[in-house]
Amino acid sequence: MGWLNKLPQKIQRVVGADKKTVPEGLWSKCSSCQSVLYRKDLEDNAEVCPKCGYHNRIGARARLAQLLDAEGQFEIGANVQPIDPLKFKDSKSYAERIKESQKSVNEKDALIVMQGSIKSVPAVVAVFEFKFMGGSMGSVVGERFARGVQTAIDNKMAFICISASGGARMQEGLLSLMQMAKTSAALTQLSKAGLPYISVLTDPTMGGVSASFAMLGDVIVAEPQALIGFAGPRVIEQTVRETLPDGFQRAEFLLEHGAIDLIIDRREMRNRLASLLANLMRLPAVA
Amino acid sequence: MKITYLDFEQPIAQLEAKIESLRSSHDDHDNLDISKELTALEKKSKKLSEDIYGNLTAWQISQMARHPQRPYTLDYIQALFTDFEELHGDRAFSDDPAIVGGIARFEGQPVMVIGHQKGRDIKERQYRNFGMPRPEGYRKALRLFRLAEKFNIPIVTFIDTPGAYPGIGAEERGQSEAIARNLYVMAELKTPIIGVIIGEGGSGGALALGVVDQLLMLQYGTYSVISPEGCASILYKSADKASVAAEALAITADKLKTLGLIDKIVPEPMGGAHRAPEEMMASLKVALKEELTRFKSKSIKTLLVSRYERLMSYGKFKEVAEK
Repeated sequence: MGWLNKLPQKIQRVVGADKKTVPEGLWSKCSSCQSVLYRKDLEDNAEVCPKCGYHNRIGARARLAQLLDAEGQFEIGANVQPIDPLKFKDSKSYAERIKESQKSVNEKDALIVMQGSIKSVPAVVAVFEFKFMGGSMGSVVGERFARGVQTAIDNKMAFICISASGGARMQEGLLSLMQMAKTSAALTQLSKAGLPYISVLTDPTMGGVSASFAMLGDVIVAEPQALIGFAGPRVIEQTVRETLPDGFQRAEFLLEHGAIDLIIDRREMRNRLASLLANLMRLPAVA
Repeated sequence: MKITYLDFEQPIAQLEAKIESLRSSHDDHDNLDISKELTALEKKSKKLSEDIYGNLTAWQISQMARHPQRPYTLDYIQALFTDFEELHGDRAFSDDPAIVGGIARFEGQPVMVIGHQKGRDIKERQYRNFGMPRPEGYRKALRLFRLAEKFNIPIVTFIDTPGAYPGIGAEERGQSEAIARNLYVMAELKTPIIGVIIGEGGSGGALALGVVDQLLMLQYGTYSVISPEGCASILYKSADKASVAAEALAITADKLKTLGLIDKIVPEPMGGAHRAPEEMMASLKVALKEELTRFKSKSIKTLLVSRYERLMSYGKFKEVAEK
């Protein structure tokens, strides 16, 4: 290190001297193509980069607002809320983590379920909130999902789930793993009732979520570039000690390997989901 | 077979070695009466074993669950069943040796047995992929589930895996879908399913054989959403904290029984199943017989209703009053 420190410092950075002040949040930079974007344009474009089509992650409520008709929305299972059944503690207790996430994300847990309609096609839509503990699935996610499916059955509607999750929530131990079985079982009843289930995979859909209801759609849709898989890329790399192929576990890779039906750009999602559902349910074509 | 002792079993190992050497030296000078000393030492050994095995930590139990001499699925099949005919392959890609299955008889009754299979020596361990199935394994199991359903034959699954294999090919061939499909199909399969956790119940890879009507668990088995090491490296930022994570995750039979996630604990011989395999087999046989007999009298309709209710009951949460 010695000689490096002795070099004359010709270029010095003067903190704050040359910076133009830009109002916070007016502009944002695309993390894929680096284009500087007007924040408003990005919002109007469903958080998809207008330059390169990169799909930024979006919150559950924003997603629901994009998809559902404004009228006639009813939330399902909002009263189902998390507890800390194992008194789990790592650097923080799970109870604290729940509280913090609830405060910062302004949701009670990682799945929001809404009954409503998409271009007048009635459906129950469950959406993951990735910001809430990485969209992890614990007891509340499983219960809300199951109640959503039941509501769809009771009202003879379609069910849609839009996943964005790192997998099962470790802090609830085996109770989380069992949510994989619970959600999958709920779907057997939907199927028996002859109602369609569309699974939409967004970035990222991994682990216990991917290995249960997310891969059980009558139709499985993914957003472009979404990371989808069972094991995380790092775990695989450490296990097989090989470099992963290009585009591994991305939506396009899954499409090529026959794991999903189609990739839909978020900006077309509402129209195409409505049309798919109307076709599956033999309803008149959507306008 | 020479017994492999785990770290925490070393005091027992030393004492047993002492007893052994005393016994063998006795053969050389049989005019010496050492029976008194032997009895005392054996008593001490028993007491030591009771102390150690009576107070195992969750981490020590995970070591027991992974003990290299523990009986594996094929050992149980050989001991508890007759006329076993192994059935191979997923009919689409290959045969995965990390899952074995086939038709057999249990006390005369036809049963479909399916389980994860680990290997005993280095070569077999590799062949069995350390009991980590690829999608083909789950799809073979699925095929056997359907076969059992078709002929109205009850299913017994043996669970013993570190988890589903995290590999490139496994992902390419749909590991997630393979597991998910099994969960779905097992939930509505029209035949009784009994599961036994004989060793490690590693996450989704275990659950894919674990959606059952009755779940038995051996005393020193574990069942977990993630391995203690995996949890430690993610949440505690250090794999050394595996013992802490093992405790926190509630992976042992008694904790899971309290949580209502397993139905019955099958006690193991002192020191674990591998110390007295015949004893283990005998007590599991009794437990399995009880379950299989119980399901004989149940109609498929009630079976499916109670299976669905059981699945829907999983989870702990609170319900607050609607605003």
